[in-house]
Amino acid sequence: MDNLDTLVAQATADFAAAVEPAKLEEAKARYLGKEGALTVLLKGLGKLPPEEKKSAGAAINIAKQAVEAALAARREALRLAQLEAQLAAEALDVTLPGRGQTRGALHPVTRSLERIEQLFRSIGFEVADGPEIEGDWHNFTALNTPEKHPARSMHDTFYLLDAQGRVQEDVLLRTHTSPVQIRYMQAHVAQYGHLDAMPEIRVIAPGRVYRVDSDATHSPMFHQVEGLWVGENVSFADLKGVIGDFLRRFFESDDLKVRFRPSFFPFTEPSAEIDVAFMSGPLEGRWLEIAGCGMVHPNVLRFGGIDPEKYTGFAFGMGPDRLTMLRYGINDLRLFFEGDLRFLSQFR
Amino acid sequence: MQFPESWLRALVNPPLSTGELCHLLTMAGLEVEEQRAVASDFSGVVVARVLSVEKHPDADKLKLCKVDVGNGVLQIVCGAPNVAPNMIAPCALVGAKLPGIEIKKAKVRGVESFGMMCSARELGLSEDHGGLLALPEDAPIGTDIRQYLNLDDTLITLKLTPNRADCLSLTGIAREVAALTGAPLTLPVIAPVTKTIDDTRAVVLDAPDACPRYCGRIVRGVKANAPTPEWMKQRIERCGIRSISALVDVTNYIMLELGQPLHAFDDARLSGAIHVRYPKAGEQLRLLNEQTVTPGADTALITDEQKPLALAGIMGGEHSGIADTTTDLFLESAFFTPTAIAGKARALGFSSDASHRYERGVDFELQRNAIERATQLIVDICGGQPGPVLEAVAAAHLPPRPPVRLRRARAAKVLGVPLTAERIGKLLAGLGAKVQRQGDDFMVTPPSYRFDMEIEEDLIEEIARLHGYDNIPAPPPQAQLAMLPLPENRRGPMAVRHLLAERGYFEVVTFSFVDAAWEADFAGNANPILLANPIASQMGVMRTTLIGGLVDVLSANRKRQTERVRIFEIGRVFSRAADDAGQPVAGFRQPLRVGGLWAGSALPEQWGVPTRQADFFDIKGDLEALLGVARPLTFAKAAHPALHPGRSAQVLFDGQLIGFVGELHPQWAQKYELGTAPVVFEVELEAWLAAMLPAYREVSRFPAVTRDLALVVAREQAVEPLLKALYASAPAIVSDIRLFDLYQGKGLEQGQKSLAFRIVMQHTERTLEDAEVEAGVFDLIEVARKGFGAILRG
Repeated sequence: MDNLDTLVAQATADFAAAVEPAKLEEAKARYLGKEGALTVLLKGLGKLPPEEKKSAGAAINIAKQAVEAALAARREALRLAQLEAQLAAEALDVTLPGRGQTRGALHPVTRSLERIEQLFRSIGFEVADGPEIEGDWHNFTALNTPEKHPARSMHDTFYLLDAQGRVQEDVLLRTHTSPVQIRYMQAHVAQYGHLDAMPEIRVIAPGRVYRVDSDATHSPMFHQVEGLWVGENVSFADLKGVIGDFLRRFFESDDLKVRFRPSFFPFTEPSAEIDVAFMSGPLEGRWLEIAGCGMVHPNVLRFGGIDPEKYTGFAFGMGPDRLTMLRYGINDLRLFFEGDLRFLSQFR
Repeated sequence: MQFPESWLRALVNPPLSTGELCHLLTMAGLEVEEQRAVASDFSGVVVARVLSVEKHPDADKLKLCKVDVGNGVLQIVCGAPNVAPNMIAPCALVGAKLPGIEIKKAKVRGVESFGMMCSARELGLSEDHGGLLALPEDAPIGTDIRQYLNLDDTLITLKLTPNRADCLSLTGIAREVAALTGAPLTLPVIAPVTKTIDDTRAVVLDAPDACPRYCGRIVRGVKANAPTPEWMKQRIERCGIRSISALVDVTNYIMLELGQPLHAFDDARLSGAIHVRYPKAGEQLRLLNEQTVTPGADTALITDEQKPLALAGIMGGEHSGIADTTTDLFLESAFFTPTAIAGKARALGFSSDASHRYERGVDFELQRNAIERATQLIVDICGGQPGPVLEAVAAAHLPPRPPVRLRRARAAKVLGVPLTAERIGKLLAGLGAKVQRQGDDFMVTPPSYRFDMEIEEDLIEEIARLHGYDNIPAPPPQAQLAMLPLPENRRGPMAVRHLLAERGYFEVVTFSFVDAAWEADFAGNANPILLANPIASQMGVMRTTLIGGLVDVLSANRKRQTERVRIFEIGRVFSRAADDAGQPVAGFRQPLRVGGLWAGSALPEQWGVPTRQADFFDIKGDLEALLGVARPLTFAKAAHPALHPGRSAQVLFDGQLIGFVGELHPQWAQKYELGTAPVVFEVELEAWLAAMLPAYREVSRFPAVTRDLALVVAREQAVEPLLKALYASAPAIVSDIRLFDLYQGKGLEQGQKSLAFRIVMQHTERTLEDAEVEAGVFDLIEVARKGFGAILRG
């Protein structure tokens, strides 16, 4: 029986010495093949006397199982080694950059407009739009700014030539987004005017506006956001509440001061300019004008088809270009209109 | 409106610092735009008299002066060209601190100097550095110059809103400060000046709607060349008005002090009665600004019996104006109605202090007082014998001042803060209005100097202003809660922007007015809408396409060495529309469009990917992916002025034309120096807003079968019709037909191409049988063969 133990030990050692599958198969043949040592032993059983046959057979089978187990273990070890080698060969430099397209971005002012829209939507404001070639009536008259009103000189208005080359007096490039107030009120009244109590109007209207003005701080085309809230009990205090809340949310800071300064617009009464001052940063302590606002003038409500005795409302017009500059520390308005990708790609 | 703080303080002097005073004004709606010290911060400078001037022994340009500084005579070396014996000028003594220098005893070229004679610039008074600041003969020698010239003063500039014409005078501002602070108001006492002659000129109001009140007075024997007193000169100059002559200065002084524009005519140039009337046809007038005007029919004139003298309330005529030789004056103090003056000066291309005030509203009860005060000052300064004041009034045309009702409840509703009736009464009283309380209501008669208190809201604004906007609370608002609609089959423009940005495009904003050449080149538009007053000729026309702006941005980026550019813009384009039904502004169509441009490589430069220029199909793919989900787009070959004729297509959506896509025409790429031509698209925004409301279809659990078909067709055969025909005739089991290869060249005849389609078939309820798969494929081949002459490639 010692022979068998030696044989198993010999086989195990031979298998371990095989460093690749072919060699292992060769070693296997030496023990388990047709002429293999164990096969030969098994074949030799027939020559043994019957009383020895049983015990010798059992011993050889145990040895054979041990050799087979050693073979299987060695096979698995070689497979794993091979797999490991393959994986090692397949390894990547995972620090190489990924492939494909890159993202673009919204324009920084649109980015602000979206935030403004989202903030006002969160308190139930809809978003409206209006034409940019606008009627004189909507831009001025209906906003309580009759012809020759001194306030008209506050707007340097772009006018158009008609097909015959004459100045067309009745249309212009809108100087503010306020005409949307009138359009929205009229549409609202058309829809709900028959009711005893109309639902409130809560709307903002972002868009492009135009004034004859061009220098480092003025662009002949710029953005404005109009806001309008009309209801049965909308007050100047509400205006202050909404604007203060908005500014703190927009700038994500309670660290700012907001003040309402009496001013004059033909379409609001009382009117105010809204100034904001940051308590830290490069503009610390400076009052910055960011919007005009006020209670909608009764004449404007009337032009919109709304009874000013029953309903009151506030309106505001703010400059998202300015707000964007303040929020991101941009120092030149002209960057917004030049399309320089080195600038735009900063807002991804 | 600029004025010196000292003048305001002479009328009302609240216990506030300059800064506090300015804050008070700003927060009351009289925005302080600027506050600036009259002089720079200096000390140790006194009024001095030059006694003698000798040449410096060692320097040609320097002089050796003996200077009386009050408590002694100093030797001072001076280089000013205008230094002369007996001149009175400021002298900085040893120890004086001037901006940037401290004066010390010095040796100038070997000669000792005990101070420095000063120019206006050295004291920070003006930029004048031409010589020493000459002071008047009577300036007291030795007096500190700050005290003598009243230099501890601040110039305050108000940015007044058009409704506050009453604050275009020191009196008006003082009244406001008194109302805000309760400080007492000390206005000049105006007493009638006794006439010493009886000469008058009749005044006839032929245009009473334009001029309902006119006061006129003759003053004879004035000395027109009398010097203006220093105090008056200083005040008007600190208001930013140049001193011209005593008579002109007095009229300006009254305007600044009281707010009443005055005009002085040379009485010798007038004949007969004064009329205020509208012009006769073709009547002309040469104005003081040397402009000759032909006033419009609604512009009132001041005339005598023969000729026009002045544009009423706007500007005097040159001929009848006063000069140094004038001895007899005719003084005018009139009220012209705002509507008569509004816009007139602007229409003539100028503005004047008078028209600025009249068009906003001058106190219509001020005229007599103003002429009395002016007369007094003229007689005091220039002498002369005043005649009586002749006043013509058309009372019916004076601005009405009907009482306005203010309800306390209404004020509370509008402001959101309940003020007591007592508080409201007190605030109103400060306004100079006549106030009658009726329980919780007030009947308010506005003063004649306020033109902005016509309705209840005007009064609410006044009480809010005086109460202080800061004192109105800012609570979180309360409102009815109702959710906003959220239609799933629509998306907003913001969502479109995000789609494009995620896809790799940067949003740009370009001007709506463009170069006319862009319109011609990129839209074939020879007749764009022209701006009447463009800011520059290359921004002269309204765009009908976004392409010009996108190309311009590309060009600018190329100049900055950015090669790969993917940009988009959402903006309006503008055209005239004969059929304007449904347009918000009649006669114009101004739809929002989405324009995109892709220039440079298909992918950003990166390793492991061969570089390839983006082409038509890249940008078309973007349109299909972003826009073709809700409903499939179709593309039809079509020419466009901006585009390469062989590489451009119309985009159709539900059979409706919504835009175009293509490669920029090589001639524009060359003209605009773009290098390789970019690919572009422009599509109506409306088409982008349609989103898909998902419609569920059952997903098959049975295996799919795919078959590939290579069909050989003529090279010019467009793929889309073939694909559509295949789809249209495909049996229900065909779930997808996809073009996966296009081949032309070796192995095919000239003029042929091979299209390889992958056909996916699947049944939702069972496994497909070979026979039906083969039959389906056969049918498709037949459709391609019969309709398009396609041959199955072997």
